[in-house]
Amino acid sequence: MSTQIAKTLDLKGLSCPLPIVKTAQAIKQLQPGELIEALATDPGSVPDFNAWSRSTGHELVEQTEEGGVYRFVIRRR
Amino acid sequence: MADTDTLSLVLFSGTDDKLNAAAVLTAGGAAMGRRVNIFLQYWALDAFRTDRIHKDHGVAPEAGPEGHGVLQRHGGQHWSEILGQAKGIGEVGIHACSLSMEMFGITKDDLDPLVDDVEGVASFFLEVDGPVTFI
Repeated sequence: MSTQIAKTLDLKGLSCPLPIVKTAQAIKQLQPGELIEALATDPGSVPDFNAWSRSTGHELVEQTEEGGVYRFVIRRR
Repeated sequence: MADTDTLSLVLFSGTDDKLNAAAVLTAGGAAMGRRVNIFLQYWALDAFRTDRIHKDHGVAPEAGPEGHGVLQRHGGQHWSEILGQAKGIGEVGIHACSLSMEMFGITKDDLDPLVDDVEGVASFFLEVDGPVTFI
């Protein structure tokens, strides 16, 4: 399985629901198994990315926060 | 699983705050893989007229004198753009109520292309498989 990030999305400054909406749009362009990285500042994106991953089956591989920027790495199912 | 249920929304109010809230719910639902079924009535339908969609539709009465500023200061995308994006990621149907069309003298050509078709209450309910939320 790939460990390279295939695409990075800068979602900083966007508020709910756009971080999830933009990620849902972008993940369609990936091949199954590929990784997408999303950077967001909306605190609501933390529960949202977790819920979205559970609901869609795209695996949330990594979740970190640094200086108010949340970073999510998701694997397309 | 509950997340496969259709999100059925009846939009009645035509103020920008309520339309924005409905657009956020729609985009969130679509991103979660839920089908979204929207029925436009009365003032909400009127707000979808091509020549009015980008005009200022004000805010709900409960917003009070400060309310308008809250929405404008927050900025963000217009509700019509959020709905457009929701359509791009999921199965979102936006239907105009035929009775409201008649009352307001609106034809399909007057409406923004976001609106898929004109339906009656019965054809709207054909696609409802759970609760209906009225906004």
